[in-house]
Amino acid sequence: MAHEGSILTAADLAGNGPHGDDPDVRGKFGIFGGRFVPEALIPALDEVAAVYEKAKNDAEFLREFDHLLRTYAGRPTTLTDVPRFSEHAGGARIVLKREDLTHTGAHKINNVLGQALLTKRLGKKRVIAETGAGQHGVATATAAALLGLECVIYMGAVDCERQALNVARMKLLGATVVPVTNGSQTLKDAINEAFRDWVTNVDTTHYLFGTVAGPHPFPEIVRDFARIIGVEARRQIQELTGRLPDAVCAAVGGGSNAIGVFHAFIGDQDVQLHGYEAAGHGLESGEHALTLTAGSVGVLHGSRTYVLQDDEGQTIESHSISAGLDYPGVGPEHAWLKDSGRATYHGVTDDQAMTAFSLLARTEGIIPAIESSHALAGALELGRELGPEATILVNLSGRGDKDMGTAMKYFNL
Amino acid sequence: MTTLQTVFAKAKADNRAALVGYLPAGFPSKGGDVAAAAALVEAGCDVIEIGLPYSDPLMDGPTIQDAVHRSLTNGTRIADVLRTVEGVAATGAATLVMTYWNPIDKYGAERFARDLANAGGTGTITPDLTPEESEPWRAASAGAGIDTVFLVAPSSTEHRIKAVVDCCTGFVYAASLMGVTGARETVNVAAEGLVERTRQHTDLPVCVGLGVGTGAQAGEVARYADGVIVGSAFIRRILDAPDEAAGRASIAQLAGDMAQGVRR
Repeated sequence: MAHEGSILTAADLAGNGPHGDDPDVRGKFGIFGGRFVPEALIPALDEVAAVYEKAKNDAEFLREFDHLLRTYAGRPTTLTDVPRFSEHAGGARIVLKREDLTHTGAHKINNVLGQALLTKRLGKKRVIAETGAGQHGVATATAAALLGLECVIYMGAVDCERQALNVARMKLLGATVVPVTNGSQTLKDAINEAFRDWVTNVDTTHYLFGTVAGPHPFPEIVRDFARIIGVEARRQIQELTGRLPDAVCAAVGGGSNAIGVFHAFIGDQDVQLHGYEAAGHGLESGEHALTLTAGSVGVLHGSRTYVLQDDEGQTIESHSISAGLDYPGVGPEHAWLKDSGRATYHGVTDDQAMTAFSLLARTEGIIPAIESSHALAGALELGRELGPEATILVNLSGRGDKDMGTAMKYFNL
Repeated sequence: MTTLQTVFAKAKADNRAALVGYLPAGFPSKGGDVAAAAALVEAGCDVIEIGLPYSDPLMDGPTIQDAVHRSLTNGTRIADVLRTVEGVAATGAATLVMTYWNPIDKYGAERFARDLANAGGTGTITPDLTPEESEPWRAASAGAGIDTVFLVAPSSTEHRIKAVVDCCTGFVYAASLMGVTGARETVNVAAEGLVERTRQHTDLPVCVGLGVGTGAQAGEVARYADGVIVGSAFIRRILDAPDEAAGRASIAQLAGDMAQGVRR
């Protein structure tokens, strides 16, 4: 399926991947996933699934996506060895996958470009999206501007205030930003509101979902569009080091950057997969986003997965210094990877993440997103465990420009 | 316990549609919920749906979101919901619980079905439980002898309508429009077509909800449906009333108009 000058093949979108880890026809990863949505949305989800199924095997779609990834998003992204940072990880060799170098500054652009192309194939002219930190909103507004789509972004009113700069960016890109004032006024409420818009305007509108959560087929589609991260990294790290890494590390909020880098390695049984969730102020404080490490199995936003919930199934509000990880649910494929034991999930506190944030800046001249800093903090600890012979691949999912307000406050800059 | 079968048989004998009223448990207050529901029954509602308040009501518009948020803030728990059901069932109305799936999932399907039946509840409406995921709940409900009501929508294909009605007992809930709960200026014309399409696949009563807010609208829907479902219009009046007694008087008046509407 490869074509001249291409970096993308049909196999790179995982639909017919080699490891038998696709969801079943109902979108189930083991007991996780599925569809728990109003019946009104089922035909739209079926339509998205059918159009995607066709697109991912269509050379013309792959060519268009490939072209945008290369000439617009800036793929392939490079790997960077970080020896001075690695000294703090017991000498293990840490290598970064530089998603921070993509256009708009985070891995979100991969999924967004894929789904924007899909929107055209759906014959729809309007996209809606939810956003927490604003990164997915900015990426969606970017793709909508590029492809001439009307764009409406739902964002919790609290997040609008915390991330005013991103609100301005979205507006500049021509999007309408709707502050959501109900519930906790954060990401989960923005998702509720986007679903309400979608059920009302489904004839004209595609819900450009931002992470590997939600009802089938979103977990599969978003994963496939993010999967290029791991496909590239797996090839690049073998070129760089002559072998596969001992471990792959990524931050997990909804889980799209983590699935993106993990997926190509799932069949490599000797490669450990480590996901790092936001432990906020610590597990005991109750102020965290430890969905996989401290949550329980339930249904949220249309999917069976791990959820932060009370004993009666009411969602508990999450906390993280990083808005991108501040979510009380997680993608169903991560729930499945956890229960099957293939991946391991850990918590990283706000303080640990900010220490790694500052350390990477000072030792390597790279300011990471606070989200990605959770994976960096995890890698520091893992390196000390695995020892100096180990190679650890870390997905640097985004850059930290958007986090300077938080950093100024945290470090008193 | 009054069953849905009894209610719809009686309405049919009277040559009219049934009137179904929705209120969330714990709204406008603990205890105030049963009093409000009793006012609806007194004014002519045949069936009461008690909403189980949930933190992420993604099918509900701003009015019900507001009411549910108040109820949760007041600390409403499932035990309170069941007590409300008990109080409402005692009025003689057939009493259902309308709930998103996760609270039942967490509580335990068999346990919830049993506790609801013991409270005098006659069944549930589960708007985000699709036929594909409904088997455990249908089994638990059948075991406890309660009905399971699911929704069809204007976007539903024939194949989907059949799948949904095959899971329903009691009645089928036809969502009149593509959208969330809330009163509208007019009831969507698509509703009548949806009811007709649904009848091709089932002999169960078909009730129409979403967007019904006046006696005239109720009368219009009653021409072609077996039941008319009203929620947000009542809640709006309670929210706008100066106190609970005034709220009850206001919803009783509206329910009275609608009870006349379904009899025209």
